[in-house]
Amino acid sequence: MTLKLGVPSKGRLMEKTFDWFAERGVSLRRTGSEREYAGAVEGVEGVELVLLSAGEIPRELAAGRIQMGVTGSDLVREKIADWDDKLRELAPMGFGHADLIIAVPKFWADVETLDDLDAAAAAFRAEHGFRLRIATKYHRLVREFLREAGVADYQLVDSQGATEGTVKNLTAEAVADITSTGETLRANHLKILSDGCIHQSQATLFRGRRAGWSDAMRADFAALMMRLGIET
Amino acid sequence: MMGESAVRAKSEQLFNYFQAAGAQPVETDILQPADTLLDLYGEDIRGRAYVTSDPLQGEVMLRPDFTVPVVRMHMQNGAEPARYTYMGKVFRAQEHEMGRDNEYFQVGYEVFDGTDPVAADAEVFALIAEALLPLKLRAATGDFAVLLAAVNGLNTTDRRKAALRRHLWRPRRFRALLDRFGGRKPEPESRVRMLAEATKDGVAALMDRAGPEVGLRSRAEVEARIAALQEDAAAPAISAGELEILDTIIGLRETAPNALEHLRDIAVDLPSILPAVQRIERRLTALDARGIDVSSLDFEASYGRTTMEYYDGFVFGFYAETRPDLPPVASGGRYDALTRVLGQGRSIPAVGGVIRPAEVLTLTEGAQ
Repeated sequence: MTLKLGVPSKGRLMEKTFDWFAERGVSLRRTGSEREYAGAVEGVEGVELVLLSAGEIPRELAAGRIQMGVTGSDLVREKIADWDDKLRELAPMGFGHADLIIAVPKFWADVETLDDLDAAAAAFRAEHGFRLRIATKYHRLVREFLREAGVADYQLVDSQGATEGTVKNLTAEAVADITSTGETLRANHLKILSDGCIHQSQATLFRGRRAGWSDAMRADFAALMMRLGIET
Repeated sequence: MMGESAVRAKSEQLFNYFQAAGAQPVETDILQPADTLLDLYGEDIRGRAYVTSDPLQGEVMLRPDFTVPVVRMHMQNGAEPARYTYMGKVFRAQEHEMGRDNEYFQVGYEVFDGTDPVAADAEVFALIAEALLPLKLRAATGDFAVLLAAVNGLNTTDRRKAALRRHLWRPRRFRALLDRFGGRKPEPESRVRMLAEATKDGVAALMDRAGPEVGLRSRAEVEARIAALQEDAAAPAISAGELEILDTIIGLRETAPNALEHLRDIAVDLPSILPAVQRIERRLTALDARGIDVSSLDFEASYGRTTMEYYDGFVFGFYAETRPDLPPVASGGRYDALTRVLGQGRSIPAVGGVIRPAEVLTLTEGAQ
């Protein structure tokens, strides 16, 4: 069996990943036609390239169907319970930076911290008869963060896109979303809570902790790590 | 690991035992409407229960406990007084791999009877204690009413008391609030700045430059909270003496008679807890009358503070001291406030508890 390396199948994340490996003497490239998800690895032995959606890479790693993968550290934490029992971070890759944050309307002059958010949520529930809604697609991360902080009287509403628009559209009062420059937040009259950064994410190379590797796979892995300059 | 049929047989035995004690057997649906549970427990329950969706009913949950559906049933059509028993599986999602079973049997006993609440507390506790007698378990008890009464008796604003009551079940948040209200920790810098601006330029000017009004939370709501913060900033700190008393109560962990003595002393300085303390005394008498050895019973004023959100009075749990890895073999408590929340205006004093038959079997086998 060969080692399978999962890499995002399109866009800047894929290009930057290819560049990162190329800088370290390992060439990854797509093969076949523009639309075919096939790839090749040159410069090391026994490694196969698998092109996947970045969102599926955590699950495939945890299940052991791929042995290594590149994806956002936020996605791993969101999708895999007890992620560090199943996956190991090999190297942060220095791109794809994004922060998962909690933001509220800028005109909420009374809310700057989680403590304020909690108090505002209590008052909101008393006034409106339902819990203050926070729109997000990062349910696990947000829930664990708010539980840890002791914030109550909120509810999460699912939002898979255009999350910043939910406040204006009256489907949520606050949002928990990924931001890199904060521009979309500002355009939608939102501000970030001062202690509302849930996770600072970046593209990261992971390996699965699943057992069952052959000696050959272990040797190939060691050679790849050596080439990439990663101490294991 | 014992087989499911053995656990079911043990459950039935306990179910019959509770019926013999006068309880009416009841059943509840496995699929429960999610909104009631979400409303009660908040978003956290999503991590702990199995949520699924029904095309017609919307979000539903596999029942994470029996108490809530039994209370709902009773508040809709139950005659009083009433005693119920039930047996069946509950379902708890485990977010961590080393967690516990995600489905297990419970057999429970619930009393809806307002004539003598203290006697009802003793009845539930003694009935469960007797069923578990051969296992020689350690019993821990507590009473939320003491801490609640202590908070209500603080010499501070109603708003601060309400904030503390709201976070009684979140010890870290409670502590942070107490530190701030007591002046042990400074106000957040951002708040100090905002309040200074509001004083200097007025709230209207502050709001005008804060940004355009978006979303459902209105400008009036923001202004109302700023006013509340201004009021709070002007209120004197909770005194060091009262903070110390609260700390003593929170940390209180003694045998029941010693704890009672302690609380009597505390009540001299904080008379608001006196009725709750007298209730503990009457409960100990009632337990003693039912043959419970109260001299060795543990009492912890903070017992169950992180796990038992709907309990608001007497609470208890039974543990195997030789098996700290096991969950409590039985647990329960008083939940008067829950009946008020689910009763739409009506409420009734209620107390109950559950036994986990699988743990009873594990310990029985271990003893042989």
